[in-house]
Formats: sequence, C-alpha cells, structure tokens
Amino acid sequence: MTSTSTSTTEQFADVSATTLLRFATAGSVDDGKSTLVGRLLHDSKSVLTDQLEAVEAASLKRGQEAPDLALLTDGLRAEREQGITIDVAYRYFATPRRRFILADTPGHVQYTRNMVTGASTAELAVVLVDARNGVVEQTRRHAAVAALLRVPHVVLAVNKMDLVEYAEPVFAAIAEEFTTYASELGVPEITAIPISALAGDNVVEPSANMDWYGGPTVLEHLETVPVSHDLTACHARFPVQYVIRPQTAEHPDYRGYAGQIAAGAFRVGEPITVLPSGRTSTITAIDALGESVDIAWAPQSVTIRLADDIDISRGDLLAPSGDAPATSQDVEATVCHVADQPLTVGQRVLLKHTTRTVKAIVKEIPSRLTLDDLSQHPEPGQLVANDIGQVKIRTAEPLALDAYADSRRTGSFLLIDPADGTTLAAGMAGESFATAKAVAVADAADDEGWDF
Amino acid sequence: MTTVVNVHEATDSPFALSHLDSLESEAVHIFREVAGEFERPVILFSGGKDSIVMLHLALKAFAPAPVPFTLLHVDTGHNFPEVIEYRDRVVAQHGLRLHVASVQEYIDAGKLRERPDGTRNPLQTVPLTEAIQQHRFDAVFGGGRRDEEKARAKERVFSLRDEFSQWDPRRQRPELWQLYNGRHAPGEHVRVFPLSNWTELDVWQYIQREKIELPEIYFAHEREVFARNGMWLTAGEWGGPKETETVETRLIRYRTVGDMSCTGAVDSDATTLDAVIAEIAASRLTERGATRADDKMSEAAMEDRKREGYF
Repeated sequence: MTSTSTSTTEQFADVSATTLLRFATAGSVDDGKSTLVGRLLHDSKSVLTDQLEAVEAASLKRGQEAPDLALLTDGLRAEREQGITIDVAYRYFATPRRRFILADTPGHVQYTRNMVTGASTAELAVVLVDARNGVVEQTRRHAAVAALLRVPHVVLAVNKMDLVEYAEPVFAAIAEEFTTYASELGVPEITAIPISALAGDNVVEPSANMDWYGGPTVLEHLETVPVSHDLTACHARFPVQYVIRPQTAEHPDYRGYAGQIAAGAFRVGEPITVLPSGRTSTITAIDALGESVDIAWAPQSVTIRLADDIDISRGDLLAPSGDAPATSQDVEATVCHVADQPLTVGQRVLLKHTTRTVKAIVKEIPSRLTLDDLSQHPEPGQLVANDIGQVKIRTAEPLALDAYADSRRTGSFLLIDPADGTTLAAGMAGESFATAKAVAVADAADDEGWDF
Repeated sequence: MTTVVNVHEATDSPFALSHLDSLESEAVHIFREVAGEFERPVILFSGGKDSIVMLHLALKAFAPAPVPFTLLHVDTGHNFPEVIEYRDRVVAQHGLRLHVASVQEYIDAGKLRERPDGTRNPLQTVPLTEAIQQHRFDAVFGGGRRDEEKARAKERVFSLRDEFSQWDPRRQRPELWQLYNGRHAPGEHVRVFPLSNWTELDVWQYIQREKIELPEIYFAHEREVFARNGMWLTAGEWGGPKETETVETRLIRYRTVGDMSCTGAVDSDATTLDAVIAEIAASRLTERGATRADDKMSEAAMEDRKREGYF
C-alpha cells in the first residue's frame, strides 16, 4: 500500500494529521519475528540502502546467503557475535497515516524483563505464533505479559500460514484458543491475523491465498487502531515536575507548575486538590508550551497556574477535587524483577512513583507467579531477575497511587537500590490481571524447591 | 484477487496528539525531569540541527523563566564559520552561558595527537570528559537519536556513565514507562537524550512547524568541495584536499554538521525547508551513511566510540 513511487512530498504534507503509535513485538526468531519486522520496515521504506548493504555484507561475512534482517536491530557487538537479541531495540517507521515506534523485544523467558520494558510504553502488542505449532508455553507467557502490563490492544499474528496450506481451520483453532486465554486474563481487544511474513501475505498487502479472511492486514491494523479515547471520562492526574518562577521584571509574580498530564483532562476553572497535602485551589490558567488553553489532556506537557499561592513542589500530584486518589503508605503490587541482584523480604529500597521518590521497605513477598501457566508459588523469600511476583511494601511517606488497572502512568513505580542506584523492579499497584480468573495456587509439593 | 478488506476508518478521538506534539511533550518531560532531579545539567550544543532543536525545546519547557542549564560546545577547531556565528548569536539572544572545550588547545598542549587521517571527531571524547569532570556536570544532554545508528538504537534516554564517561551497553538500566532513574554516584554522570524517539524527518518537520532558524549550510549553496571516501568534503584550513584530490564547485547542502574533516555534504538543490523535507523523505541513504566518514570505519565504530565516552 505504501508504494515507494508515491510522491513523498504529498505523503508527508499534512504532518498535523499523523498520529504516533508505540507498539511492541514479542516472539522468537523461530516464529519469524525478524522476518515480520524486516518486512514492515522494508515495505514502508524504512530500511535504507546503506543499512541494507551493511546487513548484506555482515550476513555474507557470517556465511549466510540471504541478508539476516535481525542484524538491523541487533546493534551491539555482543548481540551480533552471539546471534541473539539481548536488549530491546527501538525501530522507527512511518506511513502517510501514522508514525510508529516499535519496541522489538526478545521472546525467551530469560529476557522477560525486556519484554516487560517494551510493553510498558506500548499501546499495542504483536504476539507471534507459528501456525504449525499453535499456542505454546511461550505464547501464553507473551499474552500474560501483555495482560499484566495492560497493553490495550493485542494482535495475534498466526505466521507461516504458507506451511499449513493457508488452511482456515488451522487459523481459526489457534485464534480461538488464544482469544479465550487472553480474554480470561482481561486483554480488552484481540485481533487475530493469518499471515506469512516470508511470502508477504497480510503483512502489508492483503493475501491472495486466504480469501476466507476479510480482516485488515497487520499494517492496516497498526494504522487504524485508536491511539486515544475520550479522556474526559478518565481520572485526571497531574504530577508536578518542576515549579517555574521566573522572578523577572517582566514576570515578577508568575508561579507555574510544570508537568506532563499523566491521565485524563484538566480545565481552567476546575477545583483541584494537591496530594499528599490535601490543600485545594482552582486552576486559573493552563500554558501549553507557549499557548494559553482552556483544556489540556494526557500526555500533554503543560504548565498549570492556580488561584492560590500554596505550598506545592516536585513530587506533589494535582487531581480534580471530586476525584482525588486516596493516599497510603502501604502498597500491594505485582512487580517484575529486572536486576541481577535479588529482591528480598526486609530489603530497604527507594520507590519512584511519578515524580516522587520515597524510602520504602519490602515487607512481604507473598508469591511468585509463573507466567507460562499462571501458577502461584507462595512465599518465595526472594525474587530474582525476570521473576514476576506479588509484593507488599511500606513507604516512609504517603503516596497517591492509583491502581495500575485504572492508570498505567500513576499506578506504576520503580524500586531502586539506594546504595548504587540500580533499578531493581518495575511495580504495578493492585491486582495483576483485569479479571478474576482464578490464578491457580500450585500444589505445595511443587513449591518445595522454592520455600526456604 | 477476491479478498475484501475492511479497512476501518481512522477512529482516533479528538484527544489523539499529532506525532510531533507527542514527541515534543515527551522531550519537554525529559528536560523537566532533569531540572527537577539534577544539580548541574548542561546541554551539548554544537550548532547542529539536533542541538538547536534541543535548545528550542528547553526554552519552551521552562518559559517564561530562562533555561536552567548552561551549554557546552566541544569544539574540534574544524568548524564551519556559519555555524560558529550562529552559535554565538543564539547564545547572546537567549542570555545563555556557553562553555567551550577546545580540541585545538589539547593538541597545542600536547595532550592529544592529530590522527593521520586528519579526523578530529574521535578526539572530542577527552576534552568532553574533562569538561564534565572540571565543571562537575551531573546531567549532560545530547542530541543523539536512536534512528541514527544501530548502537544508538540500544541507548537509554537516561544513560549512566562512570567517571571516565564510559558506556557499558550490557549494564544499562531497564527503562520502563516514563520513569527515568537518574541516580548516580559522585563522579558519575548521566547522559540524557531527549530526542531518542525522533527521526531525522521528525526533526525537520518540527523545525518547519516551529519556524526555527538554522545555519545556512543546511540549505543548498555553491561550495568548493572535493571527493573523499564517496563524500563531498569542504576544502579548508583543516588539511583537505590532498594533492591527488581535485577541488570543484558544486551545489550542495549539509545533512549533518560536525567536524569539517569527516562530515560530508550531499548534492542538493533544496534551498527551502519544504524542499529539504521532500529530499529527506525520498532519500535512500541514512543521514550518517550519507555524511559521516567516521561511522564507516567498522561495523561497531559508533559502539566503540560510545563505550569510550563519546556522545
């Protein structure tokens, strides 16, 4: 569809109309992930001649005849030497309708933290399966990560349809199994697409081999999936980043609270409450980077001015007075452990939530979760790299923390090692999954290896 | 072909931001995070388009107050005069404070030696590191973008550096949501890349939208150049051309601005922003592939320079 012969001037003429979609891909080389990513980049004209030449030369040097598109994203010497993706690679491409930021993440369990990292900012996740194998353990893990991170849109790309004679029943069975599983985890929207990344079916161009499929191609779906919604219905949240006080002759009394709206929308005239202090005031002005506006919404960076001179500094949160979150020093959350050193019960940490960093202590680690089968392993004592688990944390100061299910931005936090600054864990407040699906507690016998 | 495709209509709500607004908001957020969490931040400012866009974003982020950062230019001594003139004018216009770390002074003092190929880009690392140590800068803004180069594609927005400015790609902190971890020990610093998610085209579209003035060398002009390694280099005092290289006058423009000895010009008749944007959208070469000799040295040239403390 994005033929390279189209006038590029026309293509990019109306930049105000193009939106931005951040999405993540999860899968392994065996599922054809690199082929899919390579095709999306290549067919949208995002792989340029010198990059392709470099990849061809490097592939030849390794004795491969066809250019290995994984070399485009595997940017580090260690990755190229070992032939594996270690770290999240960010790729950029565009069509006339949209700009895309792709977080390309390795699929192996050993790299769960990278998948979690990629999914944390994604509005859409593409999960790949091989049509010959169907839904396997890794697929369930990828679905669980997308559900845990509350990625709003999930695409199941059933790849290698050419190897199953483009048979509809094969696709339908896999799509049904996955959709049932992911829905139970609370994924709100799932789109299954039968593709052949190698042959190009339904990636960019509609397939001529699967006329039983009437849905969009992968790229069409990426181009049209909504990237926003009616934000006036959301809980509005504004973490203060910085207080702007010019104290100049021109602006002697200007006092503005700079920040990025984390959720919902704010209006001039609206009564607000400052958390955790509980003080109240009214919005008198919103400066949207040089333009005075009556309303602003997430994720705009703005400066808010208030009717009263009250004590507000970095780390405070502004919320509509009728819809302010409760504050608490006790946090129950799901964490993904991302550091090489373990997280243990009793450990003293720093907790960074929005623009506020406070001291905290890990009171309990009630369970560890296996993403492959969602089994819970009680009282593991510690979490190691790539583990997902429940934690109970006590903070030194109250936090205005939302449930992650309600607000990804104000329901998330980091745990940081105060000694060397290492990011230890990524936390999500509240329930792990959106629905009450019974997460099976594994038999005690299975857990002997995990108990202390 | 009998497939009926249901292309759904674009269903974006009026709340969806344009891609430029999204990127601008993200960059402003990054500048404000640094202002809120660091003591002595500095913006690396070369007078190139990416650093100009960074400064523009910083001005917007803190208006109507002044930018709470100083600027640092690592000067290779092989500068385009138009760029230095632009740099000094912008600094004066906004009442900014500019530090200059001079590669030439290091060479004159015998602390750095000129390379046989005459390229001074790799020589910037030592003056940069020593300026950071001397002024105790704890956050250093760079205009690097992940789309520029494959090692940069793996770079974090907040990138921790040790006291030698070294980058260890295998020990990077995972970066989740919009939560940036800027903790660092005394002597360490954090390189911050507010334009991480911008592409070359985004930068140009933003320059056009915001009507940002650029040094003239970004637009097509006639210049005396000679060919080396498949690029047009400007003839000048820095040491080019050699006897075997012939100088000719061509209509060219610069796609990137760096050290004169390794930054190539491209043939172009694009004299306006519209023409430049059309040219970039149609280009089949990346910005660095077309214009940077130093990246062509090896598959890992950028990774190696970055490990040593380069931008």
